[in-house]
Amino acid sequence: MRALKLLALLPFAAFLGGCDFVVLSPAGDVAVQQRDLVVISTVLMLVIVLPVMALTVFFAWRYRQSNTAAPYEPDWDHSTQLELVIWSAPLLIIICLGALTWMGTHLLDPYRSLGRIAADKPIESKDAPLNVEVVALDWKWLFIYPDYGVAAVNELAAPVDRPIRFRITASSVMNSFYIPALAGQIYAMPGMETKLHAVANKPGTFRGFSANYSGAGFSGMHFDFKSLSNADFDKWIAGAKASANMLGRTDYLQLERPSQNDPVRLYRSVDRDLYKAILNMCVEPGKMCMSEMMAIDAKGGLGREGLNNTLPLTYDKYARRGAPLGSEPTFVAGICSMDEIKDAPSREITAPLDLTPLRGFGLKRPPFSPAHPSSTSLLLGQRPKSES
Amino acid sequence: MNPDLVKMIFGRLNLDALPLHEPILVGTFAVVATGGLALFAIVTYFRLWSYLWREWFTTVDHKRIGIMYMILGIVMLLRGFADALMMRLQQAIAFNGADGYLPAHHYDQIFTAHGVIMIFFVAMPLVTGLMNYVVPLQIGARDVSFPFLNNFSFWMTVGGAVLVMMSLFVGEFARTGWLAYPPLSNIGYSPDVGVDYYIWGLQVAGVGTTLSGINLVCTIVKLRAPGMTMMKMPVFTWTSLCTNVLIVASFPVLTAVLALLSLDRYVGTNFFTNDFGGNPMMYVNLIWIWGHPEVYILVLPAFGIFSEVTATFSGKRLFGYTSMVYATVVITILSYLVWLHHFFTMGSGASVNSFFGITTMIISIPTGAKMFNWLFTMYRGRIRFELPMMWTVAFMLTFVIGGMTGVLLAVPPADFVLHNSLFLIAHFHNVIIGGVLFGLFAGINYWFPKAFGFRLDPFWGKLSFWFWVSGFYFAFMPLYVLGLMGVTRRLRVFDDPTLQIWFVIAAFGAFLILLGIGAMLVQFAVSILRREQLKDTTGDPWNARTLEWATSSPPPDYNFAFTPVVYDNDAWWDMKRRGYRRPLTGFKPIHMPSNTGTGIILAGFATVMGFALIWYIWWLAAVSFVALLAVAIGHTFNYHRDFHIPADEVVRAEDARTRILAAGAQT
Repeated sequence: MRALKLLALLPFAAFLGGCDFVVLSPAGDVAVQQRDLVVISTVLMLVIVLPVMALTVFFAWRYRQSNTAAPYEPDWDHSTQLELVIWSAPLLIIICLGALTWMGTHLLDPYRSLGRIAADKPIESKDAPLNVEVVALDWKWLFIYPDYGVAAVNELAAPVDRPIRFRITASSVMNSFYIPALAGQIYAMPGMETKLHAVANKPGTFRGFSANYSGAGFSGMHFDFKSLSNADFDKWIAGAKASANMLGRTDYLQLERPSQNDPVRLYRSVDRDLYKAILNMCVEPGKMCMSEMMAIDAKGGLGREGLNNTLPLTYDKYARRGAPLGSEPTFVAGICSMDEIKDAPSREITAPLDLTPLRGFGLKRPPFSPAHPSSTSLLLGQRPKSES
Repeated sequence: MNPDLVKMIFGRLNLDALPLHEPILVGTFAVVATGGLALFAIVTYFRLWSYLWREWFTTVDHKRIGIMYMILGIVMLLRGFADALMMRLQQAIAFNGADGYLPAHHYDQIFTAHGVIMIFFVAMPLVTGLMNYVVPLQIGARDVSFPFLNNFSFWMTVGGAVLVMMSLFVGEFARTGWLAYPPLSNIGYSPDVGVDYYIWGLQVAGVGTTLSGINLVCTIVKLRAPGMTMMKMPVFTWTSLCTNVLIVASFPVLTAVLALLSLDRYVGTNFFTNDFGGNPMMYVNLIWIWGHPEVYILVLPAFGIFSEVTATFSGKRLFGYTSMVYATVVITILSYLVWLHHFFTMGSGASVNSFFGITTMIISIPTGAKMFNWLFTMYRGRIRFELPMMWTVAFMLTFVIGGMTGVLLAVPPADFVLHNSLFLIAHFHNVIIGGVLFGLFAGINYWFPKAFGFRLDPFWGKLSFWFWVSGFYFAFMPLYVLGLMGVTRRLRVFDDPTLQIWFVIAAFGAFLILLGIGAMLVQFAVSILRREQLKDTTGDPWNARTLEWATSSPPPDYNFAFTPVVYDNDAWWDMKRRGYRRPLTGFKPIHMPSNTGTGIILAGFATVMGFALIWYIWWLAAVSFVALLAVAIGHTFNYHRDFHIPADEVVRAEDARTRILAAGAQT
């Protein structure tokens, strides 16, 4: 496997002294596994692609018109054996690749908590994940550390070898949260939350950015991801705590206004429910939160009276001007206060702790029940401890 | 003057809409205006207007409409490619703190326009044009099922193109990317006219595309020559059938999703807004339910062209006709089951992602089978490397790379690291240029002598071929590399100086492609000048196999004096082999559809209505809509829809061909 990887890198290595192939040599375990999948699938496909290319060139040359020595069979147009090969060779490759895809997609599901720190390092209970709440703003990134009560704009720090649990949303338009060295990307979308689990295995400073075009300031929407030792991370947190900035709701409403190429900014304190309010699109005072609206709707809604529960919109993000033929834009007024938004128990998809590779002998049929997403795959059931 | 009155008359259109402050646009406008005036002057000087109106603009002849589609596609290719060059240049110089020469406002419009134009107004017209020209000839029909509708469809496509082009000089185009994802494309974040140009440009053109799809499906199903059962149809006709089925089934989705977006933008509904129950992901799903089949709409006819070309130039029957047909049908069906692979990274669950990943990979099986079929058609053939065959071999070598990276991107965890990166850009240009465009060039070189009676000049064609192919590799291989370095798409400035060299190489590649396009235009010009030397008197310059080569080049208005009878899927090859003799007597009057100006008038009103809606000129929108209805209803009272070509005229045309053939046989 390792040899294959090196082989695949060879042509690049030949003339790319200074280049940083971050996708092929990442610093986080998740990205490493994704890289492996890229390489394995490429090699698998080359098994069929290279012969096809070679045959194309060979046939084109051998059966050229001027080569009268080559046989010519103008009416030969069918061969059952060949047809079988033609259909089954790609089929076989796709079966292998499909199996790989099914396993890889489940194992590397960004919503699933990590099963290991690195290939040779299983996860331990002391490795409590670091929670980071990510908000894509126009055009900068806000990172909130709920465990520490601090926040940062355009800079993300995390200790090496500690799992990170990202909760991701956006303030206005779609972005994609991507740190190539750490893990694959996931979209940041307004009013919705996506999740990403990752871990960095090497210290260093890596580039993170938005991978989905989001408007005029998109090019400048990048940040440094600092993978730090525990001591340095503590120092970073202390540095944030020492800063003078605070991030309350009014500060946030100021911050979310469009700006480009923002400098790094640290906040020593953050409104406790800010992220939840951003996610539910109710940072503006008096606006009904999405969660509240959904809860009301789930119980049948406010009925016709609900129509009156709107207020004219004076400011929504930055450019809302209302449709030319519609009514004036409004928003739904909140009924409860913010404090009533309770933590809904969020269902985590957890990885089985034991990730010894399945070798195919002496396997028990894993339990299948869709209620436990971790075992929806027949291939991913927990392996009984006694057998390993 | 009263500002309210001005607003009522002109909507939000005012002098600020003219981009006088942007020197690039003013320069472009000067060039376009000069060129346009020169063209206008020439046409007027030679008194060609009435000829153009009678013989071309109002024509219902599928051959002329096909040619007009091709001209539209090539003209728009120049615009779309100019956008590409500008992007490449910007990305090659915007390093080390340099801001490049394009501000975000302009750059963001350029990459949006590039995508929209290349897909909707280059690839689609070229594909539709070839199908329009070739399919009726291949199945031995006189015309398409609904000749007037065909003319109308063409002009609607032109109407959409006109709106998109107009945005260059009046107002601006969308700054959203070519699929205009909300919330960015919604009124809150794109309040200006750009997205409205996008919506109405595509809606107007979309009507044309849908109707032309219906037309060609009917044509293929109902108008085949006697004896041509489904499994005796030429492969290009098969792929056209599948493509048009895809068009009919998927373009209404595009129309619907754009209609929902325009409701959001015009009357304040909340389908795709962030709050009030709206969900932008719904748009993303719907647009890709159209968007993925669209990819196959483009590439299937190209596959058909390669099948015809490979068989013809290998001098051999197509290997595995049946499996080729089934592969096409399987691709058609599967293309509806893969749309989610365009947004694996939007947080769907692992099982959903794997499902769509695996269905995507399954498409590579029939595609691979097709590749092998072409390969074994070449096997034991006598391959003549004329231009169409050169494009085909270049396609086979290039397309497998694009296919391979495509399957790679279908593996969700791999997509997580490559999605939206330049690797993705390289991939889809690899399949669209290497597959669709190479196919179209093969098709143009292959069928040009049929359409005009003389072959295209091979020297300039080969020059164009080599510039295009090498330019493609120079332009897009660096993008694969950059994608692996984690560089994402649509960036305007860069701060990592090590990346610059790759962008410079890519820009060089784009420059080579420019030479390729230039050589292609010269090829057309030189061929017209040398048309006597390149003349095709036989009607069958390539010793080809399908019915379109049975008639003269260019074919008479009525295509075939007598409807041919088909016994084999290589009908013309079979006729030649069995010593077919052209009938020389017994001609009858031929029933033909009449030309009508209704199509261009309707499309004109539709375009005006689109323009009025874009600029909120409500009175004009209402007037043009009423006029549209009135003309459409009025046309139903037009009872002069057909005529007969008199028998002696047919005799004259056929006798002339007999003489030419006899003269050709003697030399």
